Amino acid sequence: MDNVALARLTMGTSLCFHIAFAVLGVGLPLLMTVAEGLWLRTQDAVWLKLARRWSKAFGILFAVGAVSGTVLSFELGLLWPRFMAFSGAIFGLPFSAEGFAFFLEAIFLGLYLYGWNRLSPVAHWLTSIPIAISGAASALFVVMANAWMNTPVGFRLGPDGRLLDVNPVAAALNPSTATEDPHMLVSAYVVTGFLVASVYAAGMLRGRVDAMHKRGLALGMAMAGAAILLAGVTGDASARFVYQAQPAKFAAMEGLYETRRGAPLHLGGIPLDSEHRVVYGIEVPKALSLLAAFNPEAEVRGLDSFPVADRPNPILVHLSFDSMAGLGLLLGFLAALFWALTLRRRQVPDRRPLLGALVLAGPASVAVLEAGWFVTEFGRQPWVVYGILRTADAATTAPALGPTFGIFLVIYAGLAFTTARLLLLLAKRARAEEGEAGDRSARRRRVVS
Amino acid sequence: MTKPEVVAAILWLSLTAYAVLAGADFGGGLWDLLAIGPRAADQRQAIAEAMGPVWEANHVWLIFMIVGLFTAFPSAFGILALALYLPLTIAMTGIVLRGAAFAFRGHAQEAVGPLSPWGAIFGAASSITPFFLGTAAAAVVSGSIKVTGGRLASDFTAGWATPYGGLVGAFAVAICAYLAATYLTVETEGTPLEDDFRRRAIAAGLVSGVLGIAGLVLAPAAAPPLAQALFGRGLPLTVLALLNGPLALLAVWRSRPRLARIAVIAQVVFVLWAWAIGQWPYLVPTDVTIQGSAAPESTLSALLVVIAAGMALLLPSLWLLFRVFKARNPAVIL
Repeated sequence: MDNVALARLTMGTSLCFHIAFAVLGVGLPLLMTVAEGLWLRTQDAVWLKLARRWSKAFGILFAVGAVSGTVLSFELGLLWPRFMAFSGAIFGLPFSAEGFAFFLEAIFLGLYLYGWNRLSPVAHWLTSIPIAISGAASALFVVMANAWMNTPVGFRLGPDGRLLDVNPVAAALNPSTATEDPHMLVSAYVVTGFLVASVYAAGMLRGRVDAMHKRGLALGMAMAGAAILLAGVTGDASARFVYQAQPAKFAAMEGLYETRRGAPLHLGGIPLDSEHRVVYGIEVPKALSLLAAFNPEAEVRGLDSFPVADRPNPILVHLSFDSMAGLGLLLGFLAALFWALTLRRRQVPDRRPLLGALVLAGPASVAVLEAGWFVTEFGRQPWVVYGILRTADAATTAPALGPTFGIFLVIYAGLAFTTARLLLLLAKRARAEEGEAGDRSARRRRVVS
Repeated sequence: MTKPEVVAAILWLSLTAYAVLAGADFGGGLWDLLAIGPRAADQRQAIAEAMGPVWEANHVWLIFMIVGLFTAFPSAFGILALALYLPLTIAMTGIVLRGAAFAFRGHAQEAVGPLSPWGAIFGAASSITPFFLGTAAAAVVSGSIKVTGGRLASDFTAGWATPYGGLVGAFAVAICAYLAATYLTVETEGTPLEDDFRRRAIAAGLVSGVLGIAGLVLAPAAAPPLAQALFGRGLPLTVLALLNGPLALLAVWRSRPRLARIAVIAQVVFVLWAWAIGQWPYLVPTDVTIQGSAAPESTLSALLVVIAAGMALLLPSLWLLFRVFKARNPAVIL
C-alpha cells in the first residue's frame, strides 16, 4: 500500500475509534447533570446512584476519548502535513477554541470525579454543568473545521498559490456548519441515549427490574427519543444542503449516474460503475428530486457529469448513507414504540422482545454514527479540502506508515477490550457493594415467571 | 513585539506550563515503575492521588500548543510534522498508553493493579513520551531540519536519532522525574514517604544536572544553534540556570520541600526560556523563522481574541481545580 492509502486507513481508524468515545463525552455529562439534579430536588437516592455510577464509567470513557482525540490532533499533522500547512491558518481557529473547551471539560471533570467528598452537594452538581456545556462546544468547534473541509470559504488563492484575504471567522462559519454542526450534536445525544438505555435494558433482561434500571432506561430513552427526532430533521437539512453544495457527494449517496429531472430514489442496492446504475436496489420514481428540492421534476446531477478523477466511491457512500438512514429510521420507530408503551401504561415496559431490541439499539446507534461519518468523509473524496486540495497530494512522505498503522490497531483493540472489561467490572463491583439481596429476589421472580 | 512574536511567546508559555505540570505527571509514572522498598505500594498510592484530578487538565496544554502552532505557524507545523514523524509518533503512542493505563488503574484498581500489564505500561509509557519529545527538541535545536523552497530537505532521522538526541531525551526524562519527586515531597510532607521522594529527587536532580551540563558542553559541537542561543541572547538565563541548579538541589537536600519545588520549577523555566530567547527569531533554526512562517494577520488577530476569551474562562477554572485538590500545597498553582 502507498502512503496515501496507509494515511487514510490510519486516520480513518483513529476517527472511528475516537468518535464512539467522543459522543459519550458530549452526552453522558448531560445525563449526569440531570440525574444528580433530580436527586438534589427529590432527595431520592436512586438518582444519586445513577449519577455516581455514570461518573465512574465516565472517568474511564473520557480518558480514552481524550487520549484518542490527542492522537487525532497529532495525526492531522503527522499524516497530512501538506494539508495542515495549507489549511492551518484558515480553519485553525475552531480547533483553538476547541482546545479551551476541552480544557474546561477536563478541569471540571477532575472536580466532578474527585470532588464527591470535597464539595457540597450543590457545588458538586454545579461542576457537572460546565462539563456538559464544554463537551457540546468541543463537538461543535471540531465539526466546524470538518464543515470547512466540505465547503472551504474564507480565503482566496493567489496566482502563485499563496493564501490571500484569509478570514478565519468566515471559514469557521462556512455554509456547511449550519447543517453539519446541529446534526453532529444531536447525533451525539442519540448515541449516548441509546447506549445508556441498552445497558439498563440488558440488566432488566437479566432480571434486575428495579427502580434504578427503569429510570436509567427511561432517562436514556428520553435523550435518545428527543434527539433522534431532531437527528431526522437536521439530517434531512444536511442532505438537502449537500445536494446544493457538493453534488458529487450527493450523487454518490444516492447512486445516481445520469443527470436527470425527476430522479428516482434508490433504496439499498449497489451502484456499479460498469453498468452506470444501481443493481438490486428498490427504485422509487421521482422521490429523489422531491426530497432534494421539494419538486418531483427537479434536476439532480449524476456522477457521470463529473470527471472520473473527481468522483467519490459510490458503493461506499451509497451503502453508508442507506445504512445510516435505514438504521436511523428503525431506531426512531423503536424510540416511538417505547414511549407509546410507556405513556400508555404509565410505566417503563419490560416486555422481553422490546428490551432485547433496546439492547441491540445501543451498538446499532454507534453503527449509524459511523456510517454517517463514512458518508461525510468518503463522500468528500478525492478531496481533503473540497475542490481545492486532493487527498493524494496531502499525505506525508515519511517512512514506516505501515508499522504505525499496525501498532495503533493493536493499541485500539487493547483499549476497547480493556474499557469494556472494566466497565463490566465496575457494574459488578457496584452491585456487590450495594448488596446482592435485591438482585437475588429479582432473579427469583424471573425464574417464577 | 509583532503579533507573530506575541503568539509564539504564548505558545512557549503553554509549553512551559506543559513541562512543569504534565512533566511531573510523566515523572510520576516513572517513579511508579521504579517504586521499591517496604513502602512501594504507598508510593504508588501517593503518586496516583497527586495526579488523579489534574493530569487530564495538565495534558491539554500540549493540545493547546499543537493547535496553536498549526493555526499560527502552519508551514512550520507542516515541516516539523513531516521531519519529526517518527519521534512524535512514538511519543504519541506513549501519551495514549500512559493516559489510558492511568485511567484504567485509577478507576478499576482491583482489576488493573500496579503489577498488571497496564501498571507496567503506565510507567514505561510515561518515560517513552518525554524521551522522544526530548529527541524531537534536539532535532530542532541542532539545526538539522533543513528546508529549501518551502520543502523539507533533510531526512526523517535528522537530528533526533543521534547520540545528542538521546542525551536530550534522557535529560527530559530526568527533569520530569526531578519535578515529580520534588512535588511529591510536598504532597507527602510529614509522612515517611517524604524522605523516600526526597532521596529520589536528589538522585533525579543529580542525573539531570549531569546530563544538562553535558548537553551544554557538547552543544557547540553537536548543536551549534543551541550553543549560540544559550551563550548568546539566552546567556543571562543560562547563567541563572547554572546558579539556581545547585541551590535547588540544596533545598531538596536540606528538606525544604516548598522552596525546593519553586526552585526546581524555576530551573525548568530558565532552561526553556534561555533556549527560546536565544533561538529567536527562528522557530526551526536556521531555515524557518517566526515571521516567515506566520499565518496572515487576520488569523493571528482572531486567534489572540480566542485566546483572551479562552483564558478568561480557563484561568479561574484552573485556580479552582488546584484550590480544591492542592490546597495543602498551593504553590503548584504557580
